[in-house]
Amino acid sequence: MHLEPLMELDPNRSIPEPLPDLPLPARSAVDDRPVKPGDLPLTDAAALDAPPMVEVGAFNLHYGNKQALHDINLTVRKNTVMALIGPSGCGKSTLLRSINRMNDLIDGIQISGSVTVGGQDIYAPGVDVITLRKRMGMVFQKSNPFPKSIFENVAYGLRVQGEKDKAVLEEAVERSLMAAGLWDEVKDRLKDSGLGLSGGQQQRLCIARALAVKPEVLLMDEPCSALDPLATSRIEELIFELKRDFTIVIVTHNMQQAARVSDYTSFFWLGRLIEVGLTEKLFTNPRERMTEDYISGRFG
Amino acid sequence: MMNLRDWWRRGSAFIWGSGALLTLSLVMITGLVGYIAVKGLGYFWPRPLVQVQGPEGPVLGEVTGREPAHGGTPAQIQFRVGNRDLYGQDFRWFKEAEISGWQTPSGAVLVERMEYGAFVGFVQALQRDGQPVAQGPGALVQARKALPDARRLRDRIQAMEKDRIGSVNTEMEALRVELRQAESARDAETRARLEQRQAQLQASYDRLQAELDHLRAESGRTTVLLSSVDGQTQELPLAGVVRLVPSNDLGVLGKTGVYLSRLWEFVWGDPRESNTEGGIFPAIFGTVMMVLIMSAMAVPLGVLAALFLREYAKQGWVVRAVRIAVNNLAGVPSIVFGIFGLGFFVYTVGGSIDRLFYPERLPTPTYGTGGILWASLTLALLTVPVVIVATEEALATVPRSQREASLALGATKWQTMRQVVLPGAMPGILTGLILAMARGAGEVAPLMLTGVVKLAPSMPLDGTFPFLHLDRKFMHLGFHIYDVGFQSPNSEAAKPMVFMTALLLLLVVLVLNLAALNLRRKLRARLGGSTF
Repeated sequence: MHLEPLMELDPNRSIPEPLPDLPLPARSAVDDRPVKPGDLPLTDAAALDAPPMVEVGAFNLHYGNKQALHDINLTVRKNTVMALIGPSGCGKSTLLRSINRMNDLIDGIQISGSVTVGGQDIYAPGVDVITLRKRMGMVFQKSNPFPKSIFENVAYGLRVQGEKDKAVLEEAVERSLMAAGLWDEVKDRLKDSGLGLSGGQQQRLCIARALAVKPEVLLMDEPCSALDPLATSRIEELIFELKRDFTIVIVTHNMQQAARVSDYTSFFWLGRLIEVGLTEKLFTNPRERMTEDYISGRFG
Repeated sequence: MMNLRDWWRRGSAFIWGSGALLTLSLVMITGLVGYIAVKGLGYFWPRPLVQVQGPEGPVLGEVTGREPAHGGTPAQIQFRVGNRDLYGQDFRWFKEAEISGWQTPSGAVLVERMEYGAFVGFVQALQRDGQPVAQGPGALVQARKALPDARRLRDRIQAMEKDRIGSVNTEMEALRVELRQAESARDAETRARLEQRQAQLQASYDRLQAELDHLRAESGRTTVLLSSVDGQTQELPLAGVVRLVPSNDLGVLGKTGVYLSRLWEFVWGDPRESNTEGGIFPAIFGTVMMVLIMSAMAVPLGVLAALFLREYAKQGWVVRAVRIAVNNLAGVPSIVFGIFGLGFFVYTVGGSIDRLFYPERLPTPTYGTGGILWASLTLALLTVPVVIVATEEALATVPRSQREASLALGATKWQTMRQVVLPGAMPGILTGLILAMARGAGEVAPLMLTGVVKLAPSMPLDGTFPFLHLDRKFMHLGFHIYDVGFQSPNSEAAKPMVFMTALLLLLVVLVLNLAALNLRRKLRARLGGSTF
């Protein structure tokens, strides 16, 4: 039996169709101009020249004997959104969790190479991982509010940093819930359990929780995968707005989502970074065939 | 028509089988509780006083049992005739054929006395200073009217003996110890001061004693003249009467009154007559307090141990061995824990405390003898495996994603434990507490070695400084059942008490469990739907 190589391309393949019409945020987060249907999010020139916030250099990661990341080099610029896409198990989540050293929790991890955040090498000896994580916010695949009140959920990050001043906490909770677009829905029931909210609200609560500590980088691990389309579009709008103040790295399985929300996209395959570039370019005119096949749905 | 194989494949047999077994368990549980409740609760209802002509003369009493004829033995009837001081026994059996002339005479009365159990007979007269105040049928009515005053007097005497004289005694005892110290230190000044204080105390003691003597004399002035059915008479101070129950003359309302009064006394009163009469409040109190102290010790200990085992310890063969040991600890017979508690807590720890902190009281032990603290600690050890296992399970149910969220926010591991994991596991920990309490409240064997007594002179919590006396011995419902049922000189009379005490023990466990359940329900509601 003749097995086709996985990457063999169909000779009759068509050039990837322009992405179908997708619900886009009404206004660009960058310059507040209306977004035309079918537009890809445009990134203003200033952001493209922005200084690097996260730099991954020659990064390798092993789980025991298995190498999960091969020689990754990636730069995320300040106040931009970087989307990590690729099939399941390609290492994109692992990379994301290497940026705030959540992988430290797993036994048998070995790494080489460097990750710098804001110019600091986070794997350098003597780096306090607790202090480091305070500089990053993380949003997980499944919403995971604490079994506490809405207020306490958002205030948690500040509380563990030792903040006791009620006024400061209240200000931070209101600011973060506003930023996460949840304030109007929950302002009258801040004392209620965070677990009583709907799925989409819970995820926005988790975003607010991450924002409360004013992180430099916001890491999002498939934040919409468990949400319905309406809740998803709310989160996407949110990402658009958050870009103004934060640098965002987002893992997503949903290519339309990557196209909608990100400035840059990087495509991973089997632990390798295949291609990285401006989202607009990567989706319309990819350099690599593999990227093209993946985004046009031929594999993955 | 349904195919048999089909029926089997659908699991109908299994469903019916498990349903039937569940029903059986329910029937057994309700049967057990119902049997205890009926046997116990029926005891307080006043029964008619029956007079018959027996082989040796007239007999008056409650019919308490009947044994039908079988084999060569004829049918027999048991009477509770009372008057232990006259007849030497409370209960008597008669052959059914030998008795005749059943009647329920009006005016027959069951007199519950402070001593010697019940008197069954008739009230002849109510007397004051030996002079009859009322005679004949009116005497009973008058005596019942005078009873509350007599009871108040009795309560005053008891309160005085217990509280006022008791506190003077406690202070004198403390002074005695201080004096001994001053003598050995040759501190003349202190000694003089202490002696002066001692003289003051002695004076107030004498004053109280005089007052008490006066009250006692007063309470002895009113008496009732009683006669038994066979003509013997007896004069009894009214203050020595607990209740006068003319069962044959009482209506349903009157009987209900007697019933409630007896029930009230049972729950809130002190025991009398070597625990076969009166109430069991000290035992209820001791049980509840012991369980609370035990929980206060077992829960922190168990939770911390489980936290370390599951969250901090490196999972390897050591942890596995510890876990197996903990599980086996739950299966160790409780008497073994009792021996450990006696040897370690009472003799070693308690003995050391006495030598270090209370040398002046030796050789009288303070902590070097059984007490509620040592009993609670022993039971805490007994129940801690339950808490550990339940807590470990509960910790495992706190989702990993919540821990990660906390760590990602820059919380330390300990902060994550305290703020997220432990609150999330709290309902499960409370489940452990409920199981531990249920187990602890029912244990008797270890307590017998570490601090339970038949009759404790004072409760572990009272108005004397420092209010909580952890060194005191205490009473326990479980031990009370054993003691009344098997160690009592009058076990026939005490049989209903055994059932009542068992019922109360069940109730105490139920109330404690309901309290914990309620707490768990509230926590769950606040956490918004936890898995436990």
